[in-house]
Amino acid sequence: MNRPDDIVTGRPVPTPNALTARFWAAAREHRLVVQSCGGCGLLRHYPQPMCPACHSTAWAWAPVSGRGTVYTFTVTHQAFHPAWVDHLPYIVATIELEEGMRMVSDLPSSDLERVAIGRPVECWFEDHELDDGTQFTFPRFRLSDESR
Amino acid sequence: MTLSDRCAIVGIGNTAYTRGTDRSTLELHLEASLKALDDAGLTTDDIDGVMPSSTAGQCAEDFVMNLGLRNLRFSATVHTGGASLISSIQDACMAITTGVASCVLIPAGRRGYSGERVSTGQSVASPVMASTREFEYPFGNHAAVQWFAQAAQRHMHQYGTTSEQLGHVAVNSRANANLNPQAVMHGRPMTLDDHQSSRMISSPFRLLDCSLESDGAGALIITSVERARDLRQPPVRIGGVAEAHAYPSTSLTQKADMASVPALTDAAQRAFAMAGIGPADLDLLQVHEGFTWYVIAALEAIGVVGPGEGGPFVEEGNIRIDGRLPVNTNGGALSEGHVSGMNHILEGIRQLRRMVEPQRQLATCEQVGVVVEGNFFDGSVLVMRR
Repeated sequence: MNRPDDIVTGRPVPTPNALTARFWAAAREHRLVVQSCGGCGLLRHYPQPMCPACHSTAWAWAPVSGRGTVYTFTVTHQAFHPAWVDHLPYIVATIELEEGMRMVSDLPSSDLERVAIGRPVECWFEDHELDDGTQFTFPRFRLSDESR
Repeated sequence: MTLSDRCAIVGIGNTAYTRGTDRSTLELHLEASLKALDDAGLTTDDIDGVMPSSTAGQCAEDFVMNLGLRNLRFSATVHTGGASLISSIQDACMAITTGVASCVLIPAGRRGYSGERVSTGQSVASPVMASTREFEYPFGNHAAVQWFAQAAQRHMHQYGTTSEQLGHVAVNSRANANLNPQAVMHGRPMTLDDHQSSRMISSPFRLLDCSLESDGAGALIITSVERARDLRQPPVRIGGVAEAHAYPSTSLTQKADMASVPALTDAAQRAFAMAGIGPADLDLLQVHEGFTWYVIAALEAIGVVGPGEGGPFVEEGNIRIDGRLPVNTNGGALSEGHVSGMNHILEGIRQLRRMVEPQRQLATCEQVGVVVEGNFFDGSVLVMRR
């Protein structure tokens, strides 16, 4: 369940390019995807045009589970962007997905007492309506029920 | 052919290190450059190479026009973030050894307080940050302190490194800064309790784990060892120098092991091999440290101690000025000033020339190592000697 204080309005909104646009479009549909190499099947993130293993430039978006663990984290007590001024302190975590790649997310404030390296996490989707009326969705993570 | 002992640093200079300046970054670089020329006994006509700083956003044309450089035939700018300075020295040695240039000026430094202030998000933008900007900034992972805090957290998890051990690094730097009148923190002693009670910035890093936001610049002049013999100062030879790039390179968070810096191990092994020494032969180690943890990481990466042994090593006092391997005798970026690593090199040169204040002059100083990290765990290592 999302609590009202989970939502961080005013997050920096990325400017997707041709390579990354579908990652964000999938998030808009509440799906978490990464690149899957058309040559060797290697899953990769962050997006890049060529597979570092087989050099294939063929790839497709593949869904991932959204489940993983906290690889590491920091509790930040000073806002380096105005969006977090009213959310201090907040957790930034580096998530290791079951599929092996890493993603970064802030965790909800309700996880402050329990966050630790190795704790299971799950993905959730934070929907925003931007000032220009368009919708944008940020795939975030939180400690899963197993951690509670 | 090797670059070992082929080139020497013959001129050095720096501005005051301050918190507050009304001068531009370029003006700071120019002042330091003129002082380095004067130190070497050279003129602007002698300078035929310049390597402007990427982290300060500088270009060669500004040095051509302001210094009046009419003989420039080599210019390059290295983009390895905080590692750029020593990588620039490597490239200057390559240019001089191959005859492309004969005398290269390397200015560096920043207005970390008055201009490009990191804590306000005002650092110079780099294309290296593209993935971080798109996939980490939106989730609040903006600042270097947060990236390195996550690395330190991982180090604590894997090896039991403690906040007190980080504090010993900070206290050592402050003690040394109090022997150094030009240090920003000269006259402001610090205890371990001060460190432990300073406010949390991004766990495990407290305020006193963070390098200073300061204004200042320095400059180096490099030429061949043959030409160096005729100049004003005792030459400091470049015994070994190497850079290494991290893999993966997109962000700190993507490293297989965030608690170690393998590129630095690679660079150190090559720099030491080039110089024909090992880490045990160093009389002084200068580590450009954004944060306390980086000194511990560097001690492990370059082989002074094994993985996970850096915390106990600093806690036992080994890096003190009277310890087994003195580290950052000037006070480093934590307590002298953040000058993009330039002040770490300048201190090494002054120790080798035996021209620092007597209270911090090392009795024996023959081999000095300097370590810089940049971008996302790229690393460069320099060995200097008389």
